[in-house]
Formats: sequence, structure tokens, C-alpha cells
Amino acid sequence: MSVRRLYNDQPESFAFTPENEAWAEKRVALYPEDRKQSAVIPLLMRAQEQDGWLTRAAIEAIARRLEMPVIRVLEVATFYTQFQLAPVGSKAHIQVCGTTPCMLRGSEDILRVCRTRIAERAHELSADGAFSWEEVECLGACVNAPMVQVGADTYEDLTVESFEAVLDAFDRGETPTPGPQVDRQFAAPEGGATTLTEPALYDGSAPARWEETRAKKAAEAEKAKASEEAKKADKEKPAPPAPPAAEGKGSTGKTAAEGKGTAGKTAAEGKGPDGKTEDGKTADMEAALAKLPADASNEDKANAVGTRPEGLDAPRGEADDLKRIRGIGKVNEGKLNDLGIFHFDQIAAWDEAQIRWVGTYLAFPGRIEREDWVGQAGTLAEGGATEFSKRVDAGDVPSSQE
Amino acid sequence: MLQDKDRIFTNIYGVHDWGLEGAKKRGQWSGTKDIIARGRDWIIDQVKASGLRGRGGAGFPTGLKWSFMPKESDGRPSYLVVNADESEPGTCKDREIMRHDPHHLVEGCLIAGFAMNAHTAFIYVRGEFIRERQNLQAAIDQAYDAGLLGKNNVHGWDFDIVVHHGAGAYICGEESALLESLEGKKGQPRLKPPFPAAVGLYGCPTTVNNVESIAAVPTILRRGADWFSSLGKPGNAGTKLFCISGHVERPCTVEEEMGIPLRELLEKHCGGVRGGWDNLLAVIPGGSSVPCVPANMCDDLGMDFDSLKAVKSGLGTAAVIVMDKSTDIIKAIARLSYFYKHESCGQCTPCREGTGWMWRVMERMVRGEAEKREIDMLIEVSTQIEGHTICALGDAAAWPVQGLVRHFRHVIEARIDEYTARATREGSVMEAAE
Repeated sequence: MSVRRLYNDQPESFAFTPENEAWAEKRVALYPEDRKQSAVIPLLMRAQEQDGWLTRAAIEAIARRLEMPVIRVLEVATFYTQFQLAPVGSKAHIQVCGTTPCMLRGSEDILRVCRTRIAERAHELSADGAFSWEEVECLGACVNAPMVQVGADTYEDLTVESFEAVLDAFDRGETPTPGPQVDRQFAAPEGGATTLTEPALYDGSAPARWEETRAKKAAEAEKAKASEEAKKADKEKPAPPAPPAAEGKGSTGKTAAEGKGTAGKTAAEGKGPDGKTEDGKTADMEAALAKLPADASNEDKANAVGTRPEGLDAPRGEADDLKRIRGIGKVNEGKLNDLGIFHFDQIAAWDEAQIRWVGTYLAFPGRIEREDWVGQAGTLAEGGATEFSKRVDAGDVPSSQE
Repeated sequence: MLQDKDRIFTNIYGVHDWGLEGAKKRGQWSGTKDIIARGRDWIIDQVKASGLRGRGGAGFPTGLKWSFMPKESDGRPSYLVVNADESEPGTCKDREIMRHDPHHLVEGCLIAGFAMNAHTAFIYVRGEFIRERQNLQAAIDQAYDAGLLGKNNVHGWDFDIVVHHGAGAYICGEESALLESLEGKKGQPRLKPPFPAAVGLYGCPTTVNNVESIAAVPTILRRGADWFSSLGKPGNAGTKLFCISGHVERPCTVEEEMGIPLRELLEKHCGGVRGGWDNLLAVIPGGSSVPCVPANMCDDLGMDFDSLKAVKSGLGTAAVIVMDKSTDIIKAIARLSYFYKHESCGQCTPCREGTGWMWRVMERMVRGEAEKREIDMLIEVSTQIEGHTICALGDAAAWPVQGLVRHFRHVIEARIDEYTARATREGSVMEAAE
């Protein structure tokens, strides 16, 4: 609580200017008929703006106007600390925020300037009567600390030098430019915003985009439902034979040996086409696959989700040993050769759609990404070696032997 | 990191037009009529489903709060009151909404007002926010002129918004003190019950909401409750404006996902702690009222209601005050004690007398001019204030001091030792009373 009293030297009378009178009339009308009292703070504030400080005469006049006991208006005037109960500097009354966030960034230096340059104590006028100051509690501009408020404007991100410059400008009768006194866009970090840089936010396309997302979400929900049903129907029919699954089954021992590090994964993949991956694309792909008849061939399925990589009619010279890529065994190598894929550089060049196509064709969706065939192939194409290819070359991987 | 497309407040830095045209371009006021056409229950259900928790500090679920309002009027009007008395030290988020993106709030008032059967909203802006108030009023005037508000507006729900203002009293951020102030009295909190939803402004059913809560609602309804609830953490959904002040390289206000790790927040947007992460002493993570968190607990600290509660602090208003090792932590907290002493409304004795007492003791502890047993006495007195007052200001004054002693008792003791070692007069003087 702060104890505040009225000034000892009060003027005789108070009257709003005609302009303020009209404003006050409107202001009172904003509140319900019998609740005129609500306008007391705005009216007192307007009186203060008019005279520079709040006089007893103004308090009494407003009490009469709002049909309030004078003591009630006095209570309000002394309770709220924004009301200046004594005259303030004619050019500027400096309100320095001194609360912790500003204190941490140097408000004590700003206060020191006030003490030496304006007056030793708060609410005292400077020698020429042009300035006065006070320390106030948090003004709500903490990311621009330290700061001061003068009238309606705030001067932020101050240093002793820039604050002195602000005072100098007021002293010359000018109004310095409010806001941050450093090169900064309001509350954005100095040096440029780290967010809100996306131009699409500001070109008017946002509502349409949200609408689109909402429609897409609804459609997806619909598709998921359809795919669910399709799956059910799928289960009732015998699953189409999936060659890679056969590979897994036919050479269980080998597969286990091949995937020392990935035994768990391989086992999971053994489920074949139904095996779900954590890959985000799977949902889209499943939705696309759900549209196909249940007896669609792997090639049809692949065509539905991706694009077939172009193949060669025959290897350029000698074909690369694709089995040096982890994840490609004899069977897959054969199938890739059938597609006209003979060289590492071909695999290294696959894009996303092609990866999806091949993955679906081999009935191992998601596996190519997970095992990074493309990356492995890239290394091998450049003549490098991977951990796995070294083991293949050393003859440690039975599934990769001829 | 949260992507720009998932940010609600797209003009907080005031780069673009804050007026109606600019706001419409950014997607505001689109489909408002459809939202209103879906009815009161749908709106409240969606707000509930979105998981939006009040952004003013306490984190009460917004949709639930709205549902306390009477469905049918008993002859009294219902009121929506927006709390724009942003005064919690460290907090400066509503300021950016009001001066740079006010149409979020204006549209939110209409929708929230409709949802709670109110035809009038009062926005109570703190007295010092003069430019902010001017922009907000101008935005409201634009909306009236465009037929979006007022009698017979295009939305089919008559609605008026009155911008009111205070005159520099922190306590008016407490909802019942705010209502007292709005009625033209001193801002002294009311006893509850009755709660404002039953007896609020002018004795009528009233809901008081924070600016950020109301301003987020239109976007949530437009983009779907599931969009909002998919951001953040369970029970702590959505995005939030964070105000990072104090000892970081580049203080700023930024909208981020709830639950973002403190370290990521500081390093991504603020250039990190001044002098590096290892130079961190402590943070006050949610405005002056919440206890500080020392650096050793900050490494994996998530910025959401529940994570911060787990370290005996709070998200509050998400105003992060960062203090590096150059900080005199006792002095920093003592300054907050002075703040609460200054802002106590004087109604309840424990707070009126206790905040001043605590401040005076804290001032001596800054100098070390105290006895070690006074530390425990300070804690004991703080617990006599906490929970023994009408409103939460007493609690808010006690918590920072309790947090200081909990984590930095050794610093206080070292200060006392240092002082006594060079003391020249006999004994120390214990002086706390006026």
C-alpha cells in the first residue's frame, strides 16, 4: 500500500474544457443508466491530462457530476497511483520502471540519472520546473527493459546515453521518437525476428489453407475408414504370394545371419505387405492402396503409390554386386535386375516416388528408407565401402554369397 | 520448433497492418458467422475439447469457466469482462496483442460473449497502456463501422464492447478487484463465494478472462479443437506467448508451443543466456509471483503448467525472467517484495502488514544485516500471510521469498556471515516494525 495525500497548494476551481466536457458526456453514457460511478477513473484521468495533475477541485467536481460522495472519489484518487496528486514537470514527468526485470537490465542507472539531472527525490520538480520523475512499478514492457514512460509514450531499451538523449529532446521542447531506442522492431529480438517469417501468413491465403486442411482431415478420416474396411475384406481372402516374404521364409537361417544388427526388424518385416512401418507416408500409401482391388499385383500397387525407376536393358559392362547393400539379398537382387537395375548409381539416384514404387513392388514398404539403400548405394557407387559391404566382401554374410 | 503456420498471433511485432484489412488478410473474421451459427454449446464444447487453459496465470480451463454461466437469463444481463490489466512483472504479451493484433481480441469477445449469452463486453486495460488502448479502440470502431459489432450486425448477435481502463493498480488484475474498479471503486478484492459467474459486475453473472485466452479462441474454432490440442503436451495444450526478459542476449516476446524446454526457448529465440548456459543462476519462469528455479533444475525444464508445478514453481503468465551469475539474487527478490508491499490493497491485515514486514527484512538481508534465525522467521511469517487473505496477492508475495530461501539459503547465510565479520557495532539490530 502506498500512502498518498493531496497537494498543499490547490487551485480554487476546476472545469472541463468544452471538448473534454463533450467527451465526458459520451463516456458516462457507455455505462448502464444507474452506474455512472463506473466512469470515475476515466473522468479523473481526463482531468489530470487537462491540468497535468489531479486537483482537489477536479475531484469534487467529478464527485458532483457522477453523484458520488466526495470521499469515494478521494478514495479512488489516492488508491490508484497513476493519479498525480502534485504538480509535475511542465515538459515531462518521467516514470521509470524499477521492478526486477528492468532492474536486472539497468534501471538503477536510469534512476541515478533522474536523481542527478532532475531532482534528488521523486515527485520533486527540477529547478526550472520542466521535469519531475518517479519510480513506478512494472509498466509491462519487460522484454524492452529498461524503460520509462512519459505521458502516453514509452521509451524502451534504454542506456544512460540514450536516456540522456531522450531528456535532451524533451528539454528542447521536442517529442522524441517513442519505442525501442535501439535498432529493434518492438518486442522482436534485436537483430531480427526468429519467427513469423513465412510470407504465406500475410498474403491472404491463410483462411483457404485452413479450410483445405480441414477438408483434407475429413477426407483422411473417411479414407482411413475405407482402408479399415478394405483390410477386413483382404483378410478374408488368401493373401497374394509375396516373393520377399518367401525369401525370408525360405532362408530363415540366412536372414538371421544377414541381419545381426537388425534381427528384430527383419522379423517384423517378415510379416510382408501388411507389416506397418513407423513411416509417416504409410497412411497415405495405405489409403492409395485401399482403392485397388484386393487381388492387385505388386506392380499395380507400386504404380498406385510411386513411379517406376527407369531401368537399363542390360548392365553397362559388368553388373554391380547389389548384395553388397544391406537389405538386398539374392532374391531382391534378381528382382531388381529384372527391373533393369544393375548398378549402384542407379539406386543412388532414386527419388522419393521411386523408392516408394520399388518398396511396394518388393512388398517391403518403408524398408528402403530405413536401411538407407540409397545412401549405401551412393557410397558404393563412388567406390567407397560401408560397414556391411566390408563384411560381404570378407565373406561373412552368407545371404549375400552367390 | 513450432512452425509459423501454427502460430496464432501473426503480427505481434507490428510489422504488418494491425487494422481490419490487415487482420482479415491474416485470416481473422473469416467464417465468424458460421461459428456463431453452430451455437453456444458447440462453441463451449470445442473450447473444452481444445484443452485451452486460461492464460492469465492460474491455468483454469477456459471452456469449463464459460460453462458456469447461466444458460437462461433470470432477468439480469450477463457480462463478459476481459482482463487486460497486464501488470505481473515480467509479463508483456497482452500489450503486443492489443497494439499490434487487436482484432483477435475483438472477434474473440464477440464469440465468447455469444457463448455465454452476453451482449456486452468490457475490456479493462491497465491505465498505463495508453497507446495500446487507442489501437484497441480503433480496432473496435473499425469493427462497428464494418457491421461486425453493434446492433443488427452481420453475425446476428447484438454485441457491444466497451474499453475501460484502470489507473495503475496491480491488484486490479485480480478478477473481483477488477470488477470493483470497473464499478468505480477502489480495487479491493471481494470475498468468494459468490463467484462472478453468479454475482459479478453490477451484481450480474460475469466471466472474467485474460486477453490471450479470448484472443486465441477464434483461431481455435476456425482451425479445429484437434489442431490446438495436437500442439503442446497433454493437459497443457496449444501455443503460448512467452516473454523472456532479464539476462539473455536478446530479450523478446515469442509464441511457442507449450512444454518447450526452457533451454531451447532461450537459445532459439533469445541468443541464449548472457555469457552462456553455464552462466545461468536462476529463472523466474512465470512472472514475479512464482518461486524461482535454480540453474541446476533448468537443464530439462519444460515450460508448461504441470512440469513447472513439479519443480514447485509455476507457468503463471509465461513471463520468463532470466538471471545470470552476476545477479544479486537476494536483491532481485527483495525488489519483488517491495513491489508487493507497494501493490497490496490494504484490505487484509496479514497482507497489508506482512508484505511491508517481509520487504524490510529482505532489505536487511540484502546487506547481510540480519541474524540467521531470521531466515526461518521470515519463512514462518510468509506462511502466516499465504492463504490467510481474501485474494492471492498475499500468496504471490510469499512465494518468491519462499523460493529464494528454498534454493539460495546458503547465499543469504554467506551474506550474513560476511556482514557480521566486518561488523563494528555490538550485536545486530533486529528491526522490522515501522
